[in-house]
Amino acid sequence: MGAVTATNIRKQFGDVVAVDGISLAVRDGEFLVLLGPSGCGKTTFLRIIAGLERATSGEILIGGEVVNEVPPRARGVAMVFQSYGLYPHLTVANNIAFPLRTQRVAKVEIQRKVAWAAGLLGLDRLLHRRPRELSGGERQRVALARALVREPTVFLLDEPLSNLDAKLRATARSELKQFQQTVRTTTIYVTHDQVEAMGMGDRIAVIDHGKLRQIGTPAEIYDDPADEFVAGFLGTPPMNLIQRDGGSLGFRPEHFLPKELLNGAALTELAFRIDRMEYLGSERILYGAIDGFAAKREVTAKLPAHVQLTGIRPGEWHPFAVRETELRFFDLDGRRSEGKAQAQ
Amino acid sequence: MTAITLTPRPARSRFFLDRAEIVGPLFIAPAILYVVLLVGLPFLLALYYSVSAYNIFNESLAFVGLKNFRDIIGSEIFRRTLINTLVFTISAQIIGLLLGKIGAMLLMQEFRGRGIARALVVLPWAVPVSLATVAWLWMFDSLYSVINWTLIALGLVDAANRPQWLGQEDLAMIAVVVVHAWRLFPFGVVIFLAGFTSVPKDVLDAATVDGAGFWRRNYQIILPIIAPIVLIALIFGTVFTFTDLSVVYLLTKGGPINSTQVLGTYAFQVGILSGDVAHGAAICLFLFPFLLVAVILLLRSLRRREI
Repeated sequence: MGAVTATNIRKQFGDVVAVDGISLAVRDGEFLVLLGPSGCGKTTFLRIIAGLERATSGEILIGGEVVNEVPPRARGVAMVFQSYGLYPHLTVANNIAFPLRTQRVAKVEIQRKVAWAAGLLGLDRLLHRRPRELSGGERQRVALARALVREPTVFLLDEPLSNLDAKLRATARSELKQFQQTVRTTTIYVTHDQVEAMGMGDRIAVIDHGKLRQIGTPAEIYDDPADEFVAGFLGTPPMNLIQRDGGSLGFRPEHFLPKELLNGAALTELAFRIDRMEYLGSERILYGAIDGFAAKREVTAKLPAHVQLTGIRPGEWHPFAVRETELRFFDLDGRRSEGKAQAQ
Repeated sequence: MTAITLTPRPARSRFFLDRAEIVGPLFIAPAILYVVLLVGLPFLLALYYSVSAYNIFNESLAFVGLKNFRDIIGSEIFRRTLINTLVFTISAQIIGLLLGKIGAMLLMQEFRGRGIARALVVLPWAVPVSLATVAWLWMFDSLYSVINWTLIALGLVDAANRPQWLGQEDLAMIAVVVVHAWRLFPFGVVIFLAGFTSVPKDVLDAATVDGAGFWRRNYQIILPIIAPIVLIALIFGTVFTFTDLSVVYLLTKGGPINSTQVLGTYAFQVGILSGDVAHGAAICLFLFPFLLVAVILLLRSLRRREI
């Protein structure tokens, strides 16, 4: 039904390659997040699926049909834009009704569907207002309602939460996720915010420089990054990467702990010089360097704030360690390898 | 008890120019003076002339009430002039804005040399009206008309029976409308370009995904959004055209047989050339109340439409 398949999609604007051969399959009913830094081509890719851009090469299938030559309106997709794209001159009710009017749906049916969508998103009392009289969160819900009434096979969402303030974003995030679970429509969601991606996606596709770096569940992406880019893009702070012969060694800051806190299991010990500490309420971030290894970025350790830091002071060395099961290895090209720990 | 002595603060005359309530009026004064002296006074003068018996032979300034207005309404030439003015204004407006919209839509497209094309389009506006009109005068010339030459070359017109653009009553009206529409065209293009670029791309993309085709996008999304801007253009264009004198005066002087006479040229003819200032003023001011009401109504509907 609403499965989307992209095969080797490329998009060039003049000399600039925006999308560089992305292939991926979105399952029916799935919530897929396209995650990547700004300018990585994720929005262009979404617009190609919507039909707003033409791929230079490659094929898009929606529900098993090739839609390359199908105009946006006939693709059965609905899109929510970053700034919502509400029609400023129309009331909320007419905004929601617009996609139905273009399809020449009967008046009674339009009224019924508008009422249904408005009810679902709590817009009943705003129907006669204009977009400028709405708050950011309300606008976002109107955009969703407008996308919903068409009962599309695929939802395309382009950073729909980026215009909301931080607090509202958190609520909107869970509302959106809940909403998707209710309607069970295939959803492709573009964001550069890893918290949104981790919290909402059934699966995440990490994109960089127009290329698909990795696709998998949030846990797979986080625990088993396919390459150094993914490892360094996710997590705050991101995975530590220290150089060693034939590649680099990665471990998450929360797994890099004072040796005395880790017991049993096979440990890799590293001498850590703490340069400065950040207290963040629930946790402490320690910044520093590891004896004998060069790192691409400052090495960090993340400790729960309630852990007593006896003997750990800025400017001093302290034995830290990582469980060997938490070590990840990357070869010289930055790809994951099966290399064994040879830290010492 | 302790005596508290209050020393008065010294007058801060040094900061005289920091006080908005003094500097503000000071800065606005030149503009106000300009408007009062060069627009307000002549206007009041015209108002009085129109109800006086003033002319160059009789400088009495005697008050005659609405006699001048009754006189001009009774004049057949004036009634013809009024109809001409309406025809001239409305058709030039419609043609100018319509072509302006099409031009703007073309200039929104990406193509090589778009910058040059945009600059060229504005040219009719930048050229002094007298120069441009003289050029048109040659194009409409009875003998050397490049328009006729083209039409003959294309076989659309018989060489022996070529149209006299400025000599035939109906053709003369078409000619002045064409020239004025040509002058309004860049204004229309600029207005519509400004409008089009002000429509957010997300809104257009949303409409496309929502299933709106070219016409629906144009007439249900873009036009309503830019309507306030277009309405302003309409007000300006209408007022300017109603009061315009230059194009008609330079092309036909209102002829042949008053067939292109508009309020501007007729008022000039009566008031200045014939020296009947009182009647000239009455002709000038005749449409003022109507224009005022029209402008107020348009501005009102503009405020309602504001989005």
